[in-house]
Amino acid sequence: MKFASEFRDPVAARALLTAIAQKADQIGATRAKPVHIMEICGGHTHSIFRYGLDKLIHEGVDFIHGPGCPVCVLPMARVDECVEIAEQPGVIFTTFGDAMRVPGHRKSLMQAKSAGADIRMVYSPLDALELARRNPDRQVVFFGLGFETTTPSTALSIQQAAREGLTNFSVFCNHITVPEPIKALLDDPDMMLDGFIGPGHVSMVIGTHPYDFIARDYGKPLVVAGFEPTDLLQSVLMVLTQIAEGRAAVENQYARVVPEHGNPVSLAAIADVYERRPSFEWRGLGEIDASGLRIRAKYAAFDAEEKFGIGYAAASRNVPEIEGCACGSVMTGKMKPTQCLQFGKGCTPDMPLGALMVSSEGACAAYWQYAGARIAAE
Amino acid sequence: MCLGIPGRITAITDPGRLMAMAEVSGVRREVNVACIAGNHLDDLVGQWALIHVGFAMSLIDEDEAEKTLQALKDLGEAQETLEQMALGQEALQ
Repeated sequence: MKFASEFRDPVAARALLTAIAQKADQIGATRAKPVHIMEICGGHTHSIFRYGLDKLIHEGVDFIHGPGCPVCVLPMARVDECVEIAEQPGVIFTTFGDAMRVPGHRKSLMQAKSAGADIRMVYSPLDALELARRNPDRQVVFFGLGFETTTPSTALSIQQAAREGLTNFSVFCNHITVPEPIKALLDDPDMMLDGFIGPGHVSMVIGTHPYDFIARDYGKPLVVAGFEPTDLLQSVLMVLTQIAEGRAAVENQYARVVPEHGNPVSLAAIADVYERRPSFEWRGLGEIDASGLRIRAKYAAFDAEEKFGIGYAAASRNVPEIEGCACGSVMTGKMKPTQCLQFGKGCTPDMPLGALMVSSEGACAAYWQYAGARIAAE
Repeated sequence: MCLGIPGRITAITDPGRLMAMAEVSGVRREVNVACIAGNHLDDLVGQWALIHVGFAMSLIDEDEAEKTLQALKDLGEAQETLEQMALGQEALQ
């Protein structure tokens, strides 16, 4: 990697890498006994690999790639339900492109589309709303997927559909939340995390206070970060500084975009439309209390689960993942992507076996895309 | 999916639905501005916002917009987002 040409501000990046090295030495972090820092957001994972930060940084800092890639934590059963809804007569099923290639037990959405189901990739739930307006004789379903960054978009779309009295628009809600899986990871006795890089755009919606319990109850530092390389390096330095000083606090490196209390309009829309499910299933992490959202009864007319009787509430809980797929271990930081027996063999971006190989935000796809030559050399 | 893309608000298109036209890397796309609307919708015209799946989520300054766009280009996300916008248009046909 040509350092100077890859970074827009190589001087700042070098200075940060030096400061990180000093701080890591100060706290005694080594390759054999590293500090484990989890970047929660898949966008951060992508950025770390794109710029090779995992290799440029002091060897005593080990990045653990967290569960913040929405399609990566999607159990196959949810994909199966999408396909089942899409195959209902008269349905136009709309989804973000990211979800199209996630494998299901029977088929992916891409395969279902090839087989004749009317499945359309859209950029926004607003596109699905417009489809509903233009096709009053069809049922338009939008696959509501993602964390708190995307949740306001479907909440506001449902509110708009209600104001217009649309009867042929619904959302298949599989929205999930960030703080709850972090708590589950911290409660796992095998987990050895020392600190967190917090998601930037999720925090733009929810603010920084939902993470307070991480510092208060678990004594771990968390720094909300932007996704430019110097943002990430500065955030790592802030985490290490807290560890060196024996502190644990929630800090905000990305204050230029993330307000302390989040975005009030988004939060109000989410609260109006959604309520928490008692628990929700995560790929690789299992059932996590209060980690998923469902549509409130007052908006039941826009709830695809209600409309079609298909979905989480109606599903069996014991649907196995594909044999040999180690996405769960990779996602919890117990295994690196390259330690999975299927990596690059039974599982590649063209023929993904596990969801972590599908999205550019998935750890396995990032390893494959940016670290292929490196891995071959190791 | 969570990164969003900077765009400049060029006009308010539907005040009732809080919709505006935004220019994103030379591509025009109608977006919802509920999350950044405040009291004076017209004040948004000319401002930069971080746009996420068709919703303007946060006002940003021009310098931040430029840096963010460059970072998105480096990650290949800018092109991907523009392709998704085009797919969204196609899906309506």
